[in-house]
Amino acid sequence: MPPFTAPAQQGSSVTETEIEAKVLQLVADQLGVPRSEVTRESEFDKLGDSLDKTELMMAFEDAFDVSIPDETAASVQTISDAIVLIREYIPAKQAEV
Amino acid sequence: MNRSPRTITLRRVVVTGMGALTDLALTAPKTWEAMKEGANGVDTITAFSMPSDWPVRFAGQLKDWDPAPLIDFKEQKRMDRFAMMAIAASDEAVRDCGFDFGTGDPYRHGVMIGSGVGGILSTEESHGKLLQGGVRRVSPFTVPRLMVNAGAGQVSIRFNLRGPNAATATACASSGHAIGAAYHAIQRGDADLILAGGSEAAVGQLCIGTFAAMKALSTRNDEPKLASRPFDKDRDGFVLAEGAAVLVLEDLEHANARGARIYAEVVGYGVCGDAYHIAAPDEQGSGAFMAMKFALRDAQLNTTDVDYINAHGTSTPLGDAAEVASVKRLFGDHAYKLCMSSTKSMTGHGLGAAGGIESIASIMAVVEGVAPPTINLDHPDEGFDLNFAAKTAQERPTRIALNNTFGFGGHNVSLCFARFEG
Repeated sequence: MPPFTAPAQQGSSVTETEIEAKVLQLVADQLGVPRSEVTRESEFDKLGDSLDKTELMMAFEDAFDVSIPDETAASVQTISDAIVLIREYIPAKQAEV
Repeated sequence: MNRSPRTITLRRVVVTGMGALTDLALTAPKTWEAMKEGANGVDTITAFSMPSDWPVRFAGQLKDWDPAPLIDFKEQKRMDRFAMMAIAASDEAVRDCGFDFGTGDPYRHGVMIGSGVGGILSTEESHGKLLQGGVRRVSPFTVPRLMVNAGAGQVSIRFNLRGPNAATATACASSGHAIGAAYHAIQRGDADLILAGGSEAAVGQLCIGTFAAMKALSTRNDEPKLASRPFDKDRDGFVLAEGAAVLVLEDLEHANARGARIYAEVVGYGVCGDAYHIAAPDEQGSGAFMAMKFALRDAQLNTTDVDYINAHGTSTPLGDAAEVASVKRLFGDHAYKLCMSSTKSMTGHGLGAAGGIESIASIMAVVEGVAPPTINLDHPDEGFDLNFAAKTAQERPTRIALNNTFGFGGHNVSLCFARFEG
């Protein structure tokens, strides 16, 4: 997998590393698995079922105060995908404010 | 195609395992021991904080129960408390019966676990989130948690039960119907082993508030331990309680073939409906009368054969009066020779779990020859002149026991258990 490079987003006050740390911790907490077992490459399908994924996306929305449309969330396969999405939506959210 | 009637031989059905979680204790044997001692599981509500203006501030709650050893964190999120309690009671019953459900044909193993209100705590929680944060804040696990059949479904998954699988939802008669349905299925040969009973975890604001609104609950807030007082002249309603109870019902030949320990035999199942009022019995207790009559007919027994009745006896003014009247009418002189007690005086009313918990009490009554007491019975109501085993348990020869359960909606069930004599 190529190294992840986040698109430069103007106005985002949350760093990539901060999002990653929070997301990985949320996944570990919600699914009750050791933090060490969750990585950016972990796939939602293998971590749990579709209900787990839905619940996790809700938890991400709460944690980062963003709103991710269901159609967009549906394309998320890995934790990394989710981090990228969250990163994209944070500035959009801030722009609204 | 020729659809002429078929003749089938009804198989005998025995109880080979039991499990229970009640406000008295967290296993079936400990619950039974507590009942014999006249223990009391009712107390002030701790599950949630309630304003002091609530009309009812007490209930029967499980004490220090943690589902964690049995149900891991990830599974807990998918289950309402009532389903977890159903699993815990089933797990005990399965271990108790000594049969390895990992062996044999799973399509011969079933589950019938009823509930009155199912995952009402989850319903309440999700509705709160819906009102607060909108539809996008509602947990995706809400539906699998709140379904009234979730207990049966989760237990089937846990023990790989692929045979008959259903949940009965007849309010406070739910367990009675579940055990009866399991008995029929095994009798007919549709399954060899069925986990049957009920589970209820309804001690929450929604359930307490709504039952209180219909004036069904005792409001004896200052003396919660005296609140559940079936047959007493000062009774003022029932006490809501949590609980779960599961029996392992088994085909007698199957049980014998594996050398199983047999507690008792299920010999009768009588059911009927009131078609009268959605929440009240008629004064003569016609529903109770007919259900007991049908149970004895099914069991091929006479009224004089009955030694013990575990009454529905919820401590409501109307319900207790109707049940006493029905027993006096059905049993005549024998009503004064048998013993009828209400273990709800100790446990409170476990709604859909009541019939399971009280089937265990009825079964143990025939196993040990002990009628558990009706505690808090200080002054029997006028005309309530039967032997209610007031205050203390009674040792008495007991071969045949009836367990009555009646539900809002006019659902009446009487189960008949017999001491197993080969």
